[in-house]
This record gives sequence, C-alpha cells and structure tokens, in this order.
Amino acid sequence: MTDILIHVEISPDGTPASNTGHLLALARGLGRPVAVAAVGPDDGAVPLGQALGALGAQVCFIAQTEAATNTIAGGGTEALQAALERFDASTVLCASTPDGREVLARLAIRTDARLLLEAQTLRLAGEQLIASHSVFGGNYTTESTLGSSLALVTVASSGTQPPAAIDAPEIIIETLAVNETGCSLQDFTQAQSRAERPELRGAQIVVSGGRGLASQENFSLIEDLADSLKAGLGASRAAVDAGYVEQSHQVGQTGVSVSPQLYLAVGISGAIQHLAGMQTAKRIVAINRDENAPIFSIADFGIVGDLFQILPQLTEQIQAKRSVSAG
Amino acid sequence: MKIAVLIKQVPDTEEPRKLAASGHLDRNEAELIADEITERALEVALKVKDGDKKTEIIAVTLGPGSATDALRKALSLGADSAMHIQDESLAGSDAVSTARALAEALRKIDADAILAGGESTDGRGGVVPAMVAELLGLPFAGPLAAVDFEGSKVTGQRPVAGGNQQVSVGLPAVLTVTESVGEARFPKFKGIMTAKRKPINAEDAASLGLTVDHATGNRVLSSAVRPPRSSGQIIQDEGDAVQRLIAYLESEQLI
Ligand SMILES: Cc1cc2nc3c(=O)[nH]c(=O)nc-3n(C[C@H](O)[C@H](O)[C@H](O)COP(=O)(O)OP(=O)(O)OC[C@H]3O[C@@H](n4cnc5c(N)ncnc54)[C@H](O)[C@@H]3O)c2cc1C
Repeated sequence: MTDILIHVEISPDGTPASNTGHLLALARGLGRPVAVAAVGPDDGAVPLGQALGALGAQVCFIAQTEAATNTIAGGGTEALQAALERFDASTVLCASTPDGREVLARLAIRTDARLLLEAQTLRLAGEQLIASHSVFGGNYTTESTLGSSLALVTVASSGTQPPAAIDAPEIIIETLAVNETGCSLQDFTQAQSRAERPELRGAQIVVSGGRGLASQENFSLIEDLADSLKAGLGASRAAVDAGYVEQSHQVGQTGVSVSPQLYLAVGISGAIQHLAGMQTAKRIVAINRDENAPIFSIADFGIVGDLFQILPQLTEQIQAKRSVSAG
Repeated sequence: MKIAVLIKQVPDTEEPRKLAASGHLDRNEAELIADEITERALEVALKVKDGDKKTEIIAVTLGPGSATDALRKALSLGADSAMHIQDESLAGSDAVSTARALAEALRKIDADAILAGGESTDGRGGVVPAMVAELLGLPFAGPLAAVDFEGSKVTGQRPVAGGNQQVSVGLPAVLTVTESVGEARFPKFKGIMTAKRKPINAEDAASLGLTVDHATGNRVLSSAVRPPRSSGQIIQDEGDAVQRLIAYLESEQLI
C-alpha cells in the first residue's frame, strides 16, 4: 500500500488544526496515512504524535526546527521533503489554507511535482488519483487528474469524521536545519469568538446576515440566532465591509464556500457572488423585506418581512424548543 | 522602488460563468475583466507611488491577446508600463507552468516587490505567487489583509484560522493580498488617455526560454452542470411567519 503524506498544521495551542481529521480520513481512503509536521525544538513532539494517532495517523513524522516557531509556514516544506525521501509516497495532502498552499507551492517547485488544486473528494482509479472540484461557485463539478507520478493536493473540503484512532502510532522525530530567510512571525492576536460555536466551513447549519442588519450592534441578532441553532456564523461582503463582523465570516465568491444542511440568509439580497458560496446548501431559508430580492429565487422557504420583527421571536422560540427537548 | 504587480484577466463574476465541454473556461461566452483582487493588489502599489513619485510600477500578465485590456486598465490606473506574456504553447497552462513563465518574466524586471492577489476568482488555487517566490529564491508573505511598506521591509497582517498574524518580510519579496486591503481607485479620464502611450512589452515562450510540459500537468476528465435550484414556498409575514418557518424546519427535520 502506498503512503499518503499529510501536511499537518499546528494551532497556536500546539494541537493539530481542526481539519487534520478530515485530511486523515481522505488519506485513509487512498493508502497508509503518514502525518508530517514541523514543530519547534521545545514543542512536545511525542504528545503531538499521540494526538495525531488519535486522529487516525498510522505514522507520524515530526521535524523539529527553530523555523517552525518564528517564520510563517516555517519548516513545512522541508519536513515534507525529508518525508518524501524516507517514505514511498504517491500523494501529499494539505488543507487549502494560507500555510498549506504556500508549503505545497514551494514543494511542487522543489520536487518538480504537479498539483491538484481545491479538491473536494479524492478517489483512485487503478493507480490514478482523481480529484473532484466545485467550479464557478458550485455551478459545475469537475474531475481532474495528473500526468505526474507524485500528486500534491490542496483540499478545499472539510468536516469528515477522522478515521479510527491508532493507539500506538509509529512516531519518528528528526531535527531539521532550515534556512530562515522567509517571512517572520512578529505577533499573533487571537480572534474573539464564542468558543462553542462551530466553524463556518463544515457547519451543519449556517446563519448569515447582510447589510439589512444595518449596524454592528444589530448584528448580534444574527449571532443570537446562530447560537440558538448551534450554527456557524456567516455574512455577506457588504456586512463585512460595513464592519459588522470579521472578514473570516464572509460567505461567497471571495469568502468561504459552505454546503450545510440548512443555510439561513437574513437581510441578504442574494448577489451572484454571494450565491457562489452557498448555493449548494441542502436547504435555503431567506428572510428579506423586498419580495423581489434574488435570494428568493433559490430559497426553499422564504419570508417577506422585517428581520427586526422576525429574528427576536425566532430565536426565542428556538431556544424554548431546545430547553424543552433538553429537559 | 520598483514594484511588479501580477494582473489576471478572468470572467466577470457578475454574469453566470460557463465551462466549455473541455472543462476549461468558455472564453467566447465570457465577459473578461481584470480580476478585482489583482486591482486591489495594484492599489497597494499605487498608494506607495502616491507617497513616493519615484516608485515604478510594472503590470505583468500571462494571457491571450484579449488580456491586453486588463493591462491597459492597470496603466490607466497609474502603472508605468506593462509586460504581456503571450504564446499559443502557454494556453491552458497549469499553476506550475504559469508560475515558471511569470518567474522568467519577473527575472527580467528585477523588482523590489512583486504584488499579487491571494487567489483568483476563477481558479481559486492561490498557489502561483508562492511558486514564483520559490522559483526566484525570494521570501513570500501572504495573503495579507493589510500591507505597510517601511523602507527595505514590509509588515502586514496575515489572517489565519483563529486569529491574525503580524508578519514582517525583507525586500525583495513576493506579497499577496486579501480583499481587506481595500477597494481599488477608478481610472480618471487623463489616466485613460495617457495609458494609450505607455509601453506594453511583449514576451513569449522563446524570449523567456520556456519549454512547456502540459503532459504531466493537470487534466480535466469530466465536468457536470449543477441542476438549477428552483424557488420553494415564499410567504408574506402576517404575524405567523415565525410559526410557519418553525413548522417547515421541523417537517424537514432541520431542527
Ligand atoms: C469580485 C467580487 C467578489 C464578491 N464576493 C462576494 C462574497 O464573497 N460574498 C458576498 O456576500 N458578496 C460578494 N460580492 C459583493 C456582492 O456583489 C454584493 O454586493 C453583496 O453580496 C451584497 O451584500 P448584501 O446582500 O448584504 O447587501 P445588499 O445587496 O445591500 O442587500 C441587503 C438586503 O437586505 C434587505 N433588508 C434591508 N433591511 C431589511 C429589513 N429590515 N428586514 C429584512 N430585509 C432587509 C434588503 O431588502 C436587501 O435585499 C462580491 C463582489 C465582487 C465584484
């Protein structure tokens, strides 16, 4: 069985980034998952290896380098290069994040390999790796493959449960010398968010607010509804531009693409670039006071009305239902 | 200071975009424009030039003849010159081939900073600028939500999962931006007139010493259109809308 290398990103608290389990699940479908990470010399490599085992990694290759502590994406490319020499790998997976993209871009040039970009799913046809992609905001689904023997894949999807835990993964720790002339990390400011809220990408329910909310204070109506439904928090670009909410919540062409069971669009007109990020949702509910708003043309259920009347009642009734079913 | 800005021509996102049977963009069907994110990258360079008139800005693109329009737009906004890489053999280039062509062109320009969009609205791959950095042996910083030029270095904000990184990079470097850097300016009449006299230098595969290997690159196997969505039940709020919405969500087992 061929080895599938996974570029593991490390969160500021030292644990594997949230969609590592998803990457390991994809890898398990293709071969033997080998988790590859770069950490600082003093970071606990063994606990990290165990955490990766718990997410289904059979082998963990952990490179220790100063670069991982003070440079952006530091040591990620070098760790994968070292792993490629040690393992007989056909594929390298990373998440489509800033770090993942930089690491695989550099690796492609260094190893003369080619990339499958923004993969949704991965499958093997014989020896051939085939990726599916969502194109032009979900208007098309395409499949593509490579002519090269080594495939580097950036993964756009998320949310799969990790494969079964491996109790005693093989943990290999190596010290790497990395040339630190890159982009240096000066500081990190943690985003303020309610900890228990699910991540937007991968959430089962997404509640999004638009310019119709009219102010940053009012946007808390959207946050309250989202929290009553245990939903991810989304927004239109107009809401982000107006400063109601941080850019990381933007859904659409130039924001996050989501495909939840339920998407609730409130005070959002439904511009084509917004639809590009949510039109593959299973069910779409829209609340808008303009009956001609384009969002209604793709909504499964729509209310023509004033969001300021509707939202407080809706949140209250959902909370009441939750407490009844919980009690 | 010399700044090269990578400009990409893409189908306008205002219109439904179509794939041809080959799985590639149907260029005949599309209204092509300069990708908004590359104009925002250009805006970052123009702000540097606003502060220091000696700044030289070169707009660079790889694309067919039609991409000249995107370069003219960049020139009308204030870029000093442009470079257009155009060659039949480069059509359909994947990320690696695109990066190789851009890197060879950028070697000729020898800029202090190379600016680009973090990801295009058509491909959304977001890997070409970092490949260019690797090919040129330069540091890479991106995508940045705020960019500050301070002498021989650049500092910026890099949004990542869970927060914001403050980063610093020495020049020369390759930098990419997110749309948070702000909107691009509009061309003025005078800019449009002077753009016509600004030079667009042509390069092709031979002049850049490129041999393109499409065989190992990405190949589209199939493409399927998503069936159109239709609209469902739309109600006027007459006081009972919340009740009816909750009934709907329950009937669909969504709550
Ligand atoms: C290159 C490019 C990329 C883009 N990328 C994105 C993207 O990723 N995501 C995105 O969202 N947009 C994107 N846009 C912007 C997009 O074109 C729209 O401008 C944006 O989506 C509009 O946001 P909105 O619906 O919140 O605002 P508006 O279009 O202003 O709509 C506000 C809506 O709120 C309703 N409303 C107002 N008050 C109330 C009330 N009291 N009760 C009920 N309803 C009310 C109004 O009827 C209206 O329909 C992009 C544009 C471009 C050019």
